[in-house]
Amino acid sequence: MNWEVVIGLEIHAQLATKSKIFSGASTAYGAAPNTQACAVDLGLPGVLPVLNKEVVRMAAKFGLAIGARVAPRSVFARKNYFYPDLPKGYQISQYELPIVEGGHIDIDLEDGGTKRIGVTRAHLEEDAGKSLHEDFHGMTGIDLNRAGTPLLEIVSEPDMRSAKEAVAYMRKIHSLVRYLEICDGNMQEGSFRCDANVSVRPMGQQELGTRTELKNINSFRFVEKAINFEIERQIDVLEGGGEIVQETRLYDADKDITRAMRSKEEANDYRYFPDPDLLPVVIEPAFLDEVKAGLPELPDEKRQRFVEQFELSAYDAGVLTASREIAEYFEAVVVAANGVAKLSANWVMGELTAALNKSGQDITDSPVTAQMLGGMILRISDNTISGKIAKEVFEAMWAGEGDADAVIEAKGLKQITDASAIEPIIDEIIAANPGQVEQYRGGKDKLFGFFVGQVMKATKGKANPQQVNELLKAKLNG
Amino acid sequence: MSLQKEDVEKIAHLARLAIDEADIPDYARNLSNILDLVERMSAIDTEAVTPMAHPLDMPQRLRDDVVSEKNQRERFQKIAPQVENGLYLVPQVIE
Repeated sequence: MNWEVVIGLEIHAQLATKSKIFSGASTAYGAAPNTQACAVDLGLPGVLPVLNKEVVRMAAKFGLAIGARVAPRSVFARKNYFYPDLPKGYQISQYELPIVEGGHIDIDLEDGGTKRIGVTRAHLEEDAGKSLHEDFHGMTGIDLNRAGTPLLEIVSEPDMRSAKEAVAYMRKIHSLVRYLEICDGNMQEGSFRCDANVSVRPMGQQELGTRTELKNINSFRFVEKAINFEIERQIDVLEGGGEIVQETRLYDADKDITRAMRSKEEANDYRYFPDPDLLPVVIEPAFLDEVKAGLPELPDEKRQRFVEQFELSAYDAGVLTASREIAEYFEAVVVAANGVAKLSANWVMGELTAALNKSGQDITDSPVTAQMLGGMILRISDNTISGKIAKEVFEAMWAGEGDADAVIEAKGLKQITDASAIEPIIDEIIAANPGQVEQYRGGKDKLFGFFVGQVMKATKGKANPQQVNELLKAKLNG
Repeated sequence: MSLQKEDVEKIAHLARLAIDEADIPDYARNLSNILDLVERMSAIDTEAVTPMAHPLDMPQRLRDDVVSEKNQRERFQKIAPQVENGLYLVPQVIE
């Protein structure tokens, strides 16, 4: 039987505020346990939550960026459940009236097309603390530093039909929240997490199959692997005559499997009700206008501009706008290279990306700055160096030997473009290889490359390749 | 609407309340009375009424995003039953 896969994602993006959503405690990552957990975060009696304005602004920013409706009135609700890292016994979240409703994201498909993925809603909520299950004499340690950190939970429609689409969607949201500067996107630190709802149904069937929820998957690679494993598992169960149980499953990256979490029959009885400690959040049109005016150029807009302004292919523009940092680096290279865009694009996507991947560094920490790379590209475009020599210059810059001009000067890499300097070398080579010359003239065209190689070798690669070609051709044929 | 013994037990469990077996009929009656009252209100046509989220008719005030809380861990942990290395210790929760 042919199966259709149906996937929806819930993404939790930690909002990049200085203080918590309902208290003035710091949200900085990595502090000593419980040093950033104040009375409000601990849920001590008598405390009241006071909403952080920046959290509202960030949610509105996201809503506007995905073409959603930013609710003029939204309401916080209590989601009730007991767990030690949730001291109040409820999580403040939004339920019936979320702050963002109904937007969309366009993802790129492998066949070059695009697909629109609906965003059902995005709501604000507080994060819980952390439980440490290491050995504390049979007890569990609780760190409440994370409790009360603002989260934006972004819920998609079940519009994705493969693990690849789910990853493309997740990457797009990841890129967007970083462009908007509302989330640092750090997946290792848990600032950007994802749950996936996965089901399968016979191709052509309208009704959705029973879904399972895969929890807390913390890398793009694992999202794809976890979903693919789960798809296979569900199809195996159904084809074996079994039924899918609606349950929460955890992905085990070491074994590359998903397994059921312990069953909690009452897990979903959250008994939501409006939080009496918080009044409805009202967003005035003036506030929204202000947020709109402050929106940066969004990834899709930037990509379109790169295609038009720099005459790049849609693919190249997509790679160069995948993150705000890459886009900013690239634009700075183009400026430094006096507007030479295509070559700049090739270097950023090629040598630079390869070197960064190899050293495991981010583009913002690149030893070769945008100004240095642009300066080097300028020297390629004004024929001071050839593309081949440029690789040597790049390596030297990477190793900290200075900018392009300094490296070219110090290593004597300046290209020989003076015909009167190249001609005698060609004459020597022709004189030294009478046999090859004869064969070439006799019709063995392939030998041309041999002569080019000899000239380049004699000039240590510094001769201008185009000039060498022209001069050689003239002399050999003449 | 009349609650059964099992309903009362479930509600108590969700709220993590220990209740006396002998008190269950009383709880069932009292809770049922509350639900009956709500039931009576259902008869009113509320089609054109915006659900009230809060008895106060005013919007939520917002605070600026400023860190204003200092570390008071020692003070808070003085009243905790058990702490270690800055962590609050609780009975083991993982199976």
